Amino acid sequence: MANSRRTPLYEAHKRHGGRLVEFAGWELPVQYAGVIEEHKAVREAAGLFDVSHMGEVWFLGEGALEACNELVTNDLARLADGQAMYAGLLNERGGFVDDVICYRFSPTKILVCVNASNADKDYAWMRDHAREGVTVKNESDDWAQLALQGPKAVAIAQKLTSHDLSAIKFFHFAEIELGGKAVIMARTGYTGEDGFEIFCQPGDAETLWEALLEAGKADGLQPAGLGARDSLRTEAKLALYGNDIDDDHTPLEAGLGWIVKWDKGDFMGRDALEEQKAEGVQRKLVGFTLTERGIPRHGYPILKDGERVGEVTSGTQSPTLGMPIGLAYVPTELAAEGSTFHVEIRGKPVAAKVVKTPFYKRQA
Amino acid sequence: MADYPKDLKYTKDHEWARIEGNQVTVGITAFAQESLGDVVYVELPEVGTEIKAGQPFGVVESTKAVSELFAPLSGKVVERNDAVVDSPETVNNDPYTAGWMIRVEASNETELASLLDQTAYTQFVEEQGH
Repeated sequence: MANSRRTPLYEAHKRHGGRLVEFAGWELPVQYAGVIEEHKAVREAAGLFDVSHMGEVWFLGEGALEACNELVTNDLARLADGQAMYAGLLNERGGFVDDVICYRFSPTKILVCVNASNADKDYAWMRDHAREGVTVKNESDDWAQLALQGPKAVAIAQKLTSHDLSAIKFFHFAEIELGGKAVIMARTGYTGEDGFEIFCQPGDAETLWEALLEAGKADGLQPAGLGARDSLRTEAKLALYGNDIDDDHTPLEAGLGWIVKWDKGDFMGRDALEEQKAEGVQRKLVGFTLTERGIPRHGYPILKDGERVGEVTSGTQSPTLGMPIGLAYVPTELAAEGSTFHVEIRGKPVAAKVVKTPFYKRQA
Repeated sequence: MADYPKDLKYTKDHEWARIEGNQVTVGITAFAQESLGDVVYVELPEVGTEIKAGQPFGVVESTKAVSELFAPLSGKVVERNDAVVDSPETVNNDPYTAGWMIRVEASNETELASLLDQTAYTQFVEEQGH
């Protein structure tokens, strides 16, 4: 981990017994108490994640909204100020440069939160392709980010602020004071649960981390690591860049057609997507479970009648459902619920069938 | 500090062996299960399978990782613990007793002499920087 970067919470992770690993160039905790325990804490109470490795890029100035909107698939013009949206940042071929969340502060101020592994690539892409006259600014080093996720997240965070957090609706955000620190409190997340992503100054991160853990102690809040983050997001079928989506896969193939707004006007990748839509999508990302013993993992081949027809993109033993779950690209004719195929695990074909996703959906 | 019983022998791949005549019971150490994290899947050979010292004989998977199990000795599998296949978390909860994996009839008892004793294994784990 010699060349890995450390977040402002590095010392806190060590203090709380985090087991540190290298991830996307960062040294981050994979677990504290244990992946399953942390996973269950998030589903039943709450978990606190360090996501300071995520990147922050701003579009600023006159025309910022239009400039950003030309680069993403979803439609910023439909949002109110204080609202966020999930979107694809695409290349000319319709493949993902990244998946992002755009936060609309005003038509002249848009924050784009990007994946850690892509932060430099994304910034260069956006800077190089944004219309002239708009400032595209990479502030990834200037922000720390905590994710407080779980059914008790609102109640826990409410102890640290006089701002009415229940007034921040899902996929909305507000600039507030939390534990005496100025933060952007966004009701977004990557676990399939209610909760917040909290953008703060790096120097405030440790104070907020400890204050939240203290405030949530009685409610069962636990620090949670990358392991639980991965199993939680897989259950919720939230795509991971580099696993489920990448430069060679489009939103239409990934089952993310809902983030493509065809009536918004031109955007990067639109022509390629229109062409793909007209021709018909050849492969689709589906959710499956194994009907025999085993655990599917990223990269395992998908077999139909002995022929390799696809590949597992994500897989795990679901802690919530107690069964193996996975995501895979398969030919469209195998994508319907109930379709069967095999996953090759260490040379052996293991029976699988397509199931409805998300695997887990919280009760509204 | 993990616990390594005195009456067991160990490998550098973090398996343990309980030797009773030419019958040897095999499992993974407390260090191994702690490093793996939550064990969610165990794959073991069928009874009757011939295994070879130092070669993989099975697989344990945790929530995140796949790890091979390496045979501490050569011989024939005479029993396997289906309880850990059905409840893999047993490996975390009780690695030395309920969490055993297979029982092997040793085909070359001289191999057993090269296994580490508790002192040597403890030292090996500590030298690994843990």
